[in-house]
Amino acid sequence: MIEIRGLKKSFGVKVVLDGVDLTVPRGKNTVVIGGSGTGKSVLIKCIVGLLRANEGEVLIDGEDVTKMDERELVRARRKFGMLFQGAALFDSMNVGENVAFALRRLHLYPEHQVRDVVEEKLAMVGLRDIQHLMPAELSGGMKKRVGLARAIAAEPEILLYDEPTTGLDPIMADVINELVISLRESLGVTSISITHDMASAYKIADHIAMLYKGMIVEVGTPEEIRNTRNPVVSQFVEGRAEGPITAEHEDFIRFVHRSGETGMQGGR
Amino acid sequence: MADIGKRNGLTAVLDTFGTKVFRMVEHLGNIFILLLQCLGWLFRPPSEIRNIVKQMEEVGINSMPVVLVTATFTGMVLALQSWSGFQRFQATSFVGSVVALSITRELGPVFAGLIVSGRVGASIAAELGTMKVTEQIDALVTLATNPVKYLVVPRVVASTLVLPVLVIMADLVGILGGYFVSVYLLGANPYVYTEKTFQYLESWDIYSGLIKAAVFGFLIALISCYNGFIAEGGAEGVGRATTRAVVASSMAVLVSDYFMTSLMF
Repeated sequence: MIEIRGLKKSFGVKVVLDGVDLTVPRGKNTVVIGGSGTGKSVLIKCIVGLLRANEGEVLIDGEDVTKMDERELVRARRKFGMLFQGAALFDSMNVGENVAFALRRLHLYPEHQVRDVVEEKLAMVGLRDIQHLMPAELSGGMKKRVGLARAIAAEPEILLYDEPTTGLDPIMADVINELVISLRESLGVTSISITHDMASAYKIADHIAMLYKGMIVEVGTPEEIRNTRNPVVSQFVEGRAEGPITAEHEDFIRFVHRSGETGMQGGR
Repeated sequence: MADIGKRNGLTAVLDTFGTKVFRMVEHLGNIFILLLQCLGWLFRPPSEIRNIVKQMEEVGINSMPVVLVTATFTGMVLALQSWSGFQRFQATSFVGSVVALSITRELGPVFAGLIVSGRVGASIAAELGTMKVTEQIDALVTLATNPVKYLVVPRVVASTLVLPVLVIMADLVGILGGYFVSVYLLGANPYVYTEKTFQYLESWDIYSGLIKAAVFGFLIALISCYNGFIAEGGAEGVGRATTRAVVASSMAVLVSDYFMTSLMF
């Protein structure tokens, strides 16, 4: 179980997370939705310890990630697997070496078994006989699947998905959705996904949480979110151009525009 | 925010300058922290020997041709210049000594350092910068691997060990280049030239050059790794990081060269 309590993170004067509270039950998939630039990626990076939160707690099975030193974090991160937005495959290595990376670093299997284990992990994401290919030779969907195979290779308890379907065609997006669901069912992993693709969110989520202005404004089952009364959430999930989010956004644009002008005068 | 508009020219200049200085001090501090992390991870298991060997190949074998060509021509032009200069006071017999001392003490290490700054510094910063902006460095972290240990330590160790080797070869071909120009083109007596080459050359001249080379290799790799790590903002950011890495490591080579020389002799 993952419990996030009062998580705050800012960059300089820009407050990105302003007290996030979220509980992610074991074995379930929680999807965090929110507009671009609302701090979804920052949230996920704080959970895995890639970014240090300014305040608050992230409890993984009762252990607070935010208070750990680098060495404890390395140990704690073994529980995690993460799928990055652009798959983030190591482009100097072939597919087999990518998937085997954590297995070799952690010496989880003797070297002569690694190849078979890798083939097994690739089979779980529906790929075979591609170990010798380089990442540059793969399509976007295949990269994501290889990234997923790499993330599950060391058998993590928690999977983090950073926009798993972004940039894929609808069919490939659905293939990834199915994979996310089947991995949850076959491995029983706890997962957190962040996305702004509502079709994907409805399909893969056990719970959906909406991040807005640095806070979780609503948590619920897909059905509850679909029928929400919260104007912010309903604007987002229905994808309307007009509503409270846009109005705020336009104010923000005007503000940036104004401060940009004065900034330029100062520079001269 | 309102008072920004009221600034006059002088404060604006000071402001820009001051920001630059602050930024530079910040970078120096960060590089020092990276250095400490690097030392901290150096001897911790698992060992990165395979990775180090791969980087040594990358730095050493691939830089060798260009370093050797540079050193040969440096030796040649040095012979040519000192010959025409020394002719004015009938001291051409000392050309061998001048070439040998200049190459081993100064030009071998410095030119090798500058070439490696350009070649290796750029490639390190571009590679790590690309890894940074495509989240590959974050991916390393989530795969239970410390990026400093996996990426920085092997590069720094390899570069520190390999540069002295490159410089030994640069010394050799530089002196040979000088010899060929003096003996075959300018008509120096080969026996006198060889004797003068070794007469004033002490082993410390060579060792000091090798120590310099090791320090250059260390600085180049560290600075370039740092610049790769702080790259952000896509292809343009990687380009900027690469430029900064080359400029900063070349400057580090020349500046540290002065201070090491003043300490050594």
